[in-house]
Amino acid sequence: MLTVIRALICLLLGVTLTAAGEPQLVPDVSQRNVEIRYSFTGAELLLFGAIIYPDALSRKRDADIVVVLRGPTNSIIVREKQKIGGIWVNAATMRYRSAPSFYAMASSRPLHDIVGERTAAIYELGVGNLQLSPASNEATGEETDRFERGFIDLLKRASLFQESENGVEITDGALYRAHIRLPARVPVGHYSAETFLIRDGHIIAAAVRDIEISKTGFERFVAVAADKWPWTYGIAAMLISLLSGLGAAALFRRL
Amino acid sequence: MDIYLPIAGLSVNILIIIGLGGVVGILSGMFGVGGGFLVTPLLIFYGIPPSVAVASSATQITGTSVSGVLAYMQRGAVDVRMGLVLVAGGILGSIGGGFVFRWLQKGGQIDTVVALLYVLLLGTIGGYMAKEALQTILASRRGHQMPFQRRRHHPAVAALPMRWRFYGSGLYISPIAPFALGLVSGVLTVLLGVGGGFFVVPAMIYVLGMATGMVVGTSLFQILFVTAATTLVHAVTTKSVDIVLAILLLIGSVTGAQLGARIAARISPEWLRLMLATIVLLVALRMALGLGWRPDEIYSVQAG
Repeated sequence: MLTVIRALICLLLGVTLTAAGEPQLVPDVSQRNVEIRYSFTGAELLLFGAIIYPDALSRKRDADIVVVLRGPTNSIIVREKQKIGGIWVNAATMRYRSAPSFYAMASSRPLHDIVGERTAAIYELGVGNLQLSPASNEATGEETDRFERGFIDLLKRASLFQESENGVEITDGALYRAHIRLPARVPVGHYSAETFLIRDGHIIAAAVRDIEISKTGFERFVAVAADKWPWTYGIAAMLISLLSGLGAAALFRRL
Repeated sequence: MDIYLPIAGLSVNILIIIGLGGVVGILSGMFGVGGGFLVTPLLIFYGIPPSVAVASSATQITGTSVSGVLAYMQRGAVDVRMGLVLVAGGILGSIGGGFVFRWLQKGGQIDTVVALLYVLLLGTIGGYMAKEALQTILASRRGHQMPFQRRRHHPAVAALPMRWRFYGSGLYISPIAPFALGLVSGVLTVLLGVGGGFFVVPAMIYVLGMATGMVVGTSLFQILFVTAATTLVHAVTTKSVDIVLAILLLIGSVTGAQLGARIAARISPEWLRLMLATIVLLVALRMALGLGWRPDEIYSVQAG
């Protein structure tokens, strides 16, 4: 924590000396690389930074901060269960070309107090404003809405979609920070942390930082091996299972 | 104590998984079944993705069955010729099953098909086992023995062409029958993550008419090779073998199996069979209810 504050002060001093006309954002994240190891149960990310104003006057009018952490997008199929002949089966599907696997938004005040709907939609602020781009073109509007609600609800409960109004804390109108909790099942890949400085419903500054979430060490080795060399991995798994079975039996015979 | 499963992509409590393996190991030691029919549903209830549960459970069964096979072979209680025919059918079945699995997974119907097959198979076999065990117990209560049934194979088996001699089993039948049996069990191993013992053993007795002394050893022999092949099939087609999960289960199950074998020595076989039948029926019932109840999640997401 101390190093974080120290880094901030340095940044603050460094940038105020070279102030320009527009306010600037100097964002950072507590971890550029999140590593998933053997006992990974999730992680806490701190998105923080400084708001640099060119002159002291403009600082008096408070601005708001919205941070968005976005995971890799995938093409996905969402399935819907329906009761058919007494049992629940996957009956309907909807395909999306690019749906984020993770999306967390935190803002310093409730979003609708900060920006208008148009701006929120353009910058995809808030889970409801995600552009999911359904690929099934014959679907009706009602159907699209139903699937979107179901999908968002599912990911929200898995903490893969998060919204936290008042999740950003602004100190003295110059320093901001937000905590975002990554769940244990967080997908691996390339993440981007976007920060928006908003005043009077307009985005006056924006900045992006990248975060990489990856499996490391043994976990990475296993996942890569299973994907890249399936035959070798399969044979190895078979042999490991056989040998540990034999080993255990030999051990018990001694006891 | 949590551990991250690299293929399943989530953290699990290490003690729960080892404990689960242990319970299944006790059952397999007591009843001589692989216990896959119990592991896979329990893993799925716990939140492991179905394909990972099925694949890793097959891997675990390989390890659990190997020591049993060696023990039965030393006693000469494995009909190797019959076993090899079963294995040949089983491997072919597991390769075919791999394609069926992929196809069902793509269509989003794998969960339903797996659950339906479980209900159907476990319900039928559990029902038969319970009925038989109860009859035997009641008969011995009344003080007379069950009428001795002469061992013979099913008429359909006798009608098949090209007969082979299976000396160990005391049979002169067409290899097509055990091959077909192996084929079906191979498909089931890939789809359900079961060894297939609960299905192959009764079929060997009632359909093939094998000598009962050879049945368990030969079935284990087949299970060993077919689950090993299934591990490979899943590793290559669905890529969902989680070796960490399999090893955790294995630690529990080999330990449990030793315990189970000791418990089994103290209980009479009829009661053991009745207990196994009850467990099998309970799993089938739970699965059946799961199909009919409104599921927790109506929506599910799959990469596509």
